[in-house]
Amino acid sequence: MSSSQVWSEDSGHDGNVHATRKYAPSPRRGEGWGEGLGWPCPPLHQGTFCSDFTQKHSSSARRPLTPTLSPKGRGSDIPAMNYNFAFLDEDTKRMLRRALLKAVAIPGYQVPFGSREMPLPYGWGTGGIQVTAALLGPDDVLKVIDQGADDTTNAVNIRRFFARVAGVATTEHTADATLIQTRHRIPETSLREDQILVFQVPEPEPLRTLEPREAETRTLHALADYGLMHVKLYEDIAQYGHIATSYDYPVLVDGRFLTSPSPIPKFDNPKMDHSPALMLFGAGREKRLYAIPPYTRVESLAFEDHPFEIQRWEHQCELCGSGESYLDEVVVDDRGTRMFVCSDTDFCGQRRAEAQA
Amino acid sequence: MSALLQVRGLSRHYGQRIGCEDVSFDLHPGELLCVVGESGSGKSTLLNTVAAQLAPTAGNVRYRQRDGKWLELGALSEADRRRLAREEWGFVTQNPRDGLRLNVSAGANVAERLMALGMRNYGQLRDIARSWLERVEIDATRIDDAPTGFSGGMQQRLQIARTLVTQPRLVFMDEPTAGLDVSVQARILDLLRRLVNELGLAAVMVTHDLAVARLLAARTMVMQGGRVVETGLTDQILDDPQHPYTQLLVSSVLTT
Amino acid sequence: MTTALMLELRDLSKSFELHHQHGARLNVLRGLDLRLHAGECVVLSGPSGAGKSTLLRVIYANYHPTYGAVYVRHGDRWLDLAKATPHEVLDVRRRTLGYVSQFLRVIPRVPTLDIVAEPALQMGVSEQRARQRAADLLRRLNVPERLWPLPPGTFSGGEQQRVNIARGLIVPRPVLLLDEPTASLDADNRAVVAELLAEARATGSAVLGIFHDEDMRDRVATRLFPMQALEAA
Repeated sequence: MSSSQVWSEDSGHDGNVHATRKYAPSPRRGEGWGEGLGWPCPPLHQGTFCSDFTQKHSSSARRPLTPTLSPKGRGSDIPAMNYNFAFLDEDTKRMLRRALLKAVAIPGYQVPFGSREMPLPYGWGTGGIQVTAALLGPDDVLKVIDQGADDTTNAVNIRRFFARVAGVATTEHTADATLIQTRHRIPETSLREDQILVFQVPEPEPLRTLEPREAETRTLHALADYGLMHVKLYEDIAQYGHIATSYDYPVLVDGRFLTSPSPIPKFDNPKMDHSPALMLFGAGREKRLYAIPPYTRVESLAFEDHPFEIQRWEHQCELCGSGESYLDEVVVDDRGTRMFVCSDTDFCGQRRAEAQA
Repeated sequence: MSALLQVRGLSRHYGQRIGCEDVSFDLHPGELLCVVGESGSGKSTLLNTVAAQLAPTAGNVRYRQRDGKWLELGALSEADRRRLAREEWGFVTQNPRDGLRLNVSAGANVAERLMALGMRNYGQLRDIARSWLERVEIDATRIDDAPTGFSGGMQQRLQIARTLVTQPRLVFMDEPTAGLDVSVQARILDLLRRLVNELGLAAVMVTHDLAVARLLAARTMVMQGGRVVETGLTDQILDDPQHPYTQLLVSSVLTT
Repeated sequence: MTTALMLELRDLSKSFELHHQHGARLNVLRGLDLRLHAGECVVLSGPSGAGKSTLLRVIYANYHPTYGAVYVRHGDRWLDLAKATPHEVLDVRRRTLGYVSQFLRVIPRVPTLDIVAEPALQMGVSEQRARQRAADLLRRLNVPERLWPLPPGTFSGGEQQRVNIARGLIVPRPVLLLDEPTASLDADNRAVVAELLAEARATGSAVLGIFHDEDMRDRVATRLFPMQALEAA
């Protein structure tokens, strides 16, 4: 694939919507196939491979694919690290993209992939990071949130990581981002067709707590045999009088696959239904990817006499006054005084800025 | 009257070892057939092979569906086999812990098969679960208790409720009363007898207990070393056994 | 009274082979012929060990005949029970052939009234009518009403026997086999049983029975069928 070509994906779900997203070109293979596969180079090439590789691309790409400097000048003292663009080697990205294409083609189906060691522990978003790494192009603008906030450790670290290894622009504004990696929330601001949402998933299998055998859960998916999931909802009602599952609330994607929405609050479930943005899910430890393509039907499971309901609050956000957003309850002193604030920091900040203006 | 299940020349080997060999029988609607024999005689292998949980080495099993169509079980896809197991069959295991979901409540255990059939009304599911708990003599107020807190006999009765709630046409039972106290056994046997009559179930039951066969089954098959050595009316087999092994089995029963 | 043939035994033999007693062979019946007509009550007579009970059990297909045939008029056809399939035998027992033994086989926890009503229910009689008929029979046989809701396991021998008779007679069957059903009954109750049998015969049932009590035998028998013990061959 030459660098002048881009691969595009028809992300429209029906004929009227036809959005094309540009992805970063795949770097050209070296002549020796061993290089491209990331295998040890023959002695002849050793020592020249990396610079050779970088040269080929820096001549064709708009930015050097191997960042020698971290962005914003802050890390100018950090030496060139010779990481490939966005950390992962190109063949790993290719493997990931293939898995993602399959995931998009079969909405909600868990595609196995060869999850790599990442420079952060399992549970910190290794799945999401690999998906993001496979998608990032030099022109992308990345936003990373953790429970709705841009300023928590996990979010800051992942954002800095990609700024460093891919040199991409980052933002905290939902509207400005082309790619948003998220842990446990969907932004309040409506997403667009030209945006991708990448979820970090700890347990991709919604049936796992009820059925520990992987072979069996796969068979249940293959046969769309999902009575078991209702057992859990039944138990909720029996114990609490209502469906008490409040996050990671199971959904049926496109009327076919039972899917975990990742541990987002069920408040966010309705945002997934017919979302214009592509939603991708990565579980690093469990080595599974799945996708909800744009404009796909996403139903939250329920009983006829106990329909699906989202959380509601008697309070409004004490900072921006929003009555429609997902609120966090924060204890502010030693006497148990509490306040309710938006979990989505960007949404809250924007509203406050507008109010001041 | 036409048969519900036809078993012909069914064999199941484990490598060189014989599980069951060349077994044939018919089962009619509403009929309970007992398979008796000592441990290792191939009863459970036969049951699992007939119930399509084990693949046969030779022979075939045919089942007549609700719609009257005959199904060749060996030729069924996994999906069809599971549909059959879900919609038309039931399986009661010897150890209720194998047949129950221990980490969910008694009510959910009973309701699970209904939910698998697509019932999505919580209120209805509760009502049915409650009435079935009562039917198997479990206090309906225990509907939200986990079966881990139940006695062995209660667990077995719960398993029976969970299996029969969808009104299956054919039930497979593997020693449902073994491992229970005699008094508890009697209660479960009486319960099974009543339910089998009320629901018009057809059932194949494996047991090593001849008294169970006498109480529940009109017909009995005696197995030894994987083969059926004698088959016929239960009272005939118990009162006038022909085969040496059956005579041994019958004469070994302690009478009180 | 009709004289339709209901049951015919031809050249019937029965021996028991005891595999675990060094293959010992007990010959109990040999070359036996018997014809039983509707409305008849044939009483088997002979000493203990003559094979009277064995004969009844062979006819009921509880024992396999070693040789010979047991023809029964079942509805509008004849069946040889020696060759019939288990399903055919079960159907004959349900509709044609009744058997009342000395002993009630107790089913744990089932109330007396239900035990008596069960054969009628199996014939498709409505629950209410079956229970009504069961109650009538128990009342005639002087089983106290307070016992009806109890399982008969703890009843006296005579009470159990009356429950057994009620169960055996609740469905009018064309052929009745009775194995000393009155052994432990007092004179009053024997009289009731005799009445019930007379009524059954009047409706066309054929009865084949064993009655040790001579008074009872004289009362019910239309004919005796003498039997002799065979010497062990």
